[in-house]
Amino acid sequence: MQVHLRNPTRVLEIEGRRKVHALLTELGLNRESHLVIRNGTLVPGDGELDATDVIEIRPVISGGA
Amino acid sequence: MNPGSKCRTCRQPAIIDLPRHNANFCAEHFLELCRRQVVKAIEHWKLLERDDKILVAVSGGKDSLAVWDLLIELGYQADGLYVGLGIGDYSDVSGDYARRFAADRGLKLIEISLRGEYGYDIPTAAKATRRVPCSACGLSKRHLFDKAALDGGYTALVTGHNLDDEAAVLLGNTMRWEIDYLARQLPKLEARDGFPKKVKPLVRLTERETAAWCVVRGIDYLVDECPIAAGNKHLGYKATLNAMEAESSGSKAAFYLNFVERMAPLLAGHLKDDREALRECEQCGSPTSGDVCAFCRLVATASAHERVPVELIMRGRR
Repeated sequence: MQVHLRNPTRVLEIEGRRKVHALLTELGLNRESHLVIRNGTLVPGDGELDATDVIEIRPVISGGA
Repeated sequence: MNPGSKCRTCRQPAIIDLPRHNANFCAEHFLELCRRQVVKAIEHWKLLERDDKILVAVSGGKDSLAVWDLLIELGYQADGLYVGLGIGDYSDVSGDYARRFAADRGLKLIEISLRGEYGYDIPTAAKATRRVPCSACGLSKRHLFDKAALDGGYTALVTGHNLDDEAAVLLGNTMRWEIDYLARQLPKLEARDGFPKKVKPLVRLTERETAAWCVVRGIDYLVDECPIAAGNKHLGYKATLNAMEAESSGSKAAFYLNFVERMAPLLAGHLKDDREALRECEQCGSPTSGDVCAFCRLVATASAHERVPVELIMRGRR
């Protein structure tokens, strides 16, 4: 699958299927600070991602206070 | 779709997992949950009245657009205020998101340009005053939000501070035992001479939830972080809290919401009653403890300084 990330912007190619929480763990990303989006739709933690999916992992943390 | 991921309410396929609620939700019932949390905050802390004339501080990011969207959806009358901070391309793009949101919904957006109206921008102010950029930014925004609300006859100033923001500020203030700051870290600050009522309707929602609200509602917002906020203490506190949240769901909500319910009342006596000490700024008339307020001093120093490109500030913070 193709995984689009930010900060810095980059694209990763990941082999095979994954559950969302497994993918986040593999990439060292906290689920509390990211959303996983496929075709404009959110995918929950136990959602299955196919090998051919194009995924956006969107950080949700803002720095201002 | 994984067959195990069902909405807690309707058993239809879920789109989001919320560990702190120990549940998954479909789009419809996730939105319902968010509305319920905002209504609960408004009612419990008496944040807003139905006839309040509301000004929402809008940055073009997820939180401010989400709170504006929620308030309009809940039937409140709310205009937006966007302050152009002059942080390079970031500010240009953020303004576009705010304008597009307002235009698409027929909402009124008031705009203020720091450079155009006050002769400076945040990178220049940081360099000229030797302040941390976020400090110069916060001072500028607080002053201009208050002024715009009072000048426009608004009865409530709304900001998009969410649960993560408040928990992070609470952690920072607790680490330093900043009693006066802790005493005023509330979802509502009442209006008083020279200050509008200030409220934070999103304090019961995490920023993952406000971002998800925007995605589900189709709200296009600026995802990229402010380039000069990177690495600030506030983000460090958020990372610490999210690491704790990963180990124990609901920690952030318990930390902040229990503070407001149990600790803040005990600190109420520590609120500095500085009303007597405040007088009008000689230049702008805003409340100040000195002759000239901090904002007017910032304007005087920053507007006299040679323009500083944002890249220079970013290099200095790496």
